[in-house]
Amino acid sequence: MRIVCENLSYTYNEGSPFAAKALDGVTLTIEEGEFFGVIGHTGSGKSTFVQHLNGLLRLPTSLKKYKPKKRKKSENEAPMSVLRVGEFDLTSKNTDFRALRKRVGMVFQYPEYQLFAETVEKDVAFGLENFAEKGQKPTEEEVKRAVSDALATVGLDYNEVASKSPFDLSGGQKRRVAIAGVIVTKPEVLILDEPAAGLDPLGKQELMELLHKIHGDWCKTVVIVSHDMDEIAENCTRAAVFSEGKIAMCASPKELFSHAEELLSLGLDIPLTAKLVLALKERGIEIDCDYTVEDFVQKVLARKGGRA
Amino acid sequence: MHALEFRNVDFAYSEEGKRDFCIKKLNFTVEEGEFVAVLGHNGSGKSTLARLSNGILASDGGEIRVFDSVLTDKNLFDIRKQVGVVFQNPDNQTVASIVEDDVAFGAENIALPREEIGRRIDFALKAVGMEEFRRATVARLSGGQKQRVAIAGVLALKPRIMILDESTAMLDPKGRREIANVALRLNKEEKITVLFITHFMEEALLADRAVVMNRGEIVMEGTPREIFSRHEELLTYNLTLPRIGRICKSLSEGGMSVNDTLDIDTLADEIARDIKGDSAL
Repeated sequence: MRIVCENLSYTYNEGSPFAAKALDGVTLTIEEGEFFGVIGHTGSGKSTFVQHLNGLLRLPTSLKKYKPKKRKKSENEAPMSVLRVGEFDLTSKNTDFRALRKRVGMVFQYPEYQLFAETVEKDVAFGLENFAEKGQKPTEEEVKRAVSDALATVGLDYNEVASKSPFDLSGGQKRRVAIAGVIVTKPEVLILDEPAAGLDPLGKQELMELLHKIHGDWCKTVVIVSHDMDEIAENCTRAAVFSEGKIAMCASPKELFSHAEELLSLGLDIPLTAKLVLALKERGIEIDCDYTVEDFVQKVLARKGGRA
Repeated sequence: MHALEFRNVDFAYSEEGKRDFCIKKLNFTVEEGEFVAVLGHNGSGKSTLARLSNGILASDGGEIRVFDSVLTDKNLFDIRKQVGVVFQNPDNQTVASIVEDDVAFGAENIALPREEIGRRIDFALKAVGMEEFRRATVARLSGGQKQRVAIAGVLALKPRIMILDESTAMLDPKGRREIANVALRLNKEEKITVLFITHFMEEALLADRAVVMNRGEIVMEGTPREIFSRHEELLTYNLTLPRIGRICKSLSEGGMSVNDTLDIDTLADEIARDIKGDSAL
């Protein structure tokens, strides 16, 4: 499903003294099949943006109480917002948001804090049972199969963990169970807000491998929000940089990090490889790489012995 | 003087009669004024170590000494004044809605005189660089700021040892730098002994000494540089090198003459020397 967003704006607590504009005219297209990164410092609007993608935050025009204004269009009125995810038009009241959410999965930050059921099986099955259409409740067999598939995908053994309490698992396992609870409906688009935060280095690596595995399979599009620029450089096809509710840049990691100075001026970090490229540039050596560790090493080694 | 000393400490989380050893015969000392980083994968016993240090958890055997007094039920509260722990989640560690009330909470609980509490709030907020936020609402602060308030709350008790248990894990890069800098400054200027538990290998580089834990035991010990030069061993404990270490390693494997360094400028110098030096021949 292609995600198209034009002129999207959002203000928290609109009309109150605490009103805060979180998104300000965001225009962005995410193609089907991308592994897309969303970056920006805290408060830049990235979480607000991704929460729009499965209708957790709604455009005012899609709400029941919305009534189109009859007054004449004024000159400086904001342009119409567009937000489409596949065939779903998120600006319309008539959209089936339930169907949308079934196909666009959202994994929040620290998803393990949302575990609640007595057993891993019940926790993972919760979404599946609730997304089922009326009168088409999945049978016990079907639930079991789906749960066991989802657990296998995240690298857990059904027989070992299904009857355990999710609270007895280790931190990394809890996170996997929480992710299994989202992917159990096999969403085509998977959005993850800082999926690797708080894990140990190996856990991070395993999690990214897991996402690539899902991405190659039934999940067509992955969107990750991350603070870790190295993670973006190593994994994403493209990334958008949010700053003060606007999109400051949107490009492939290679192009993005070639504007390292600009990113630094936005108060963002850059990957270590980009820092090294900058430091080498100061010493009169230009390295043209895609900012993954392997490519950087390869390009530097190619220059060994002055074969420039 | 030893600030903190573990002698043959055992600890097990018991569940339904099963005892699962988490810390086994642990011997560990921290000298006064040291800045020690504690590394280890999830479940290696780092947090248990932190919690044993000020009696949040009681050990099952062995002896824990804080500035040469043995931790017992009787002196628990005195020891807690000396050993402050800051946890991972900033939202779980605030008790009041206004910054100064929150910082005062611990100091009020040990029944300090009012004027003294005021002085300690001044001191603690200044130490973490949050003086301007004295009357701010905690809920409206950023993660890094909340975490600094949590540190201030511990500082108000004037501890001699401060343990940061993955206190940077939930923060963004800017928040992480704030906390690391505060910890360094407290160590250098206030002479507080710091135990810094972290998953970020880069943060461990700030420490005078680093220890690596695995299955409740200390398996490696040395300066961060020494520890990171033993890559193979680190990998066996499910830890990785900091990224820069991995780059150094790959470059030298590829035949480039770079030394193991953990500093970007040094590495850039060495790469430049290799590339230019060779071309000059």
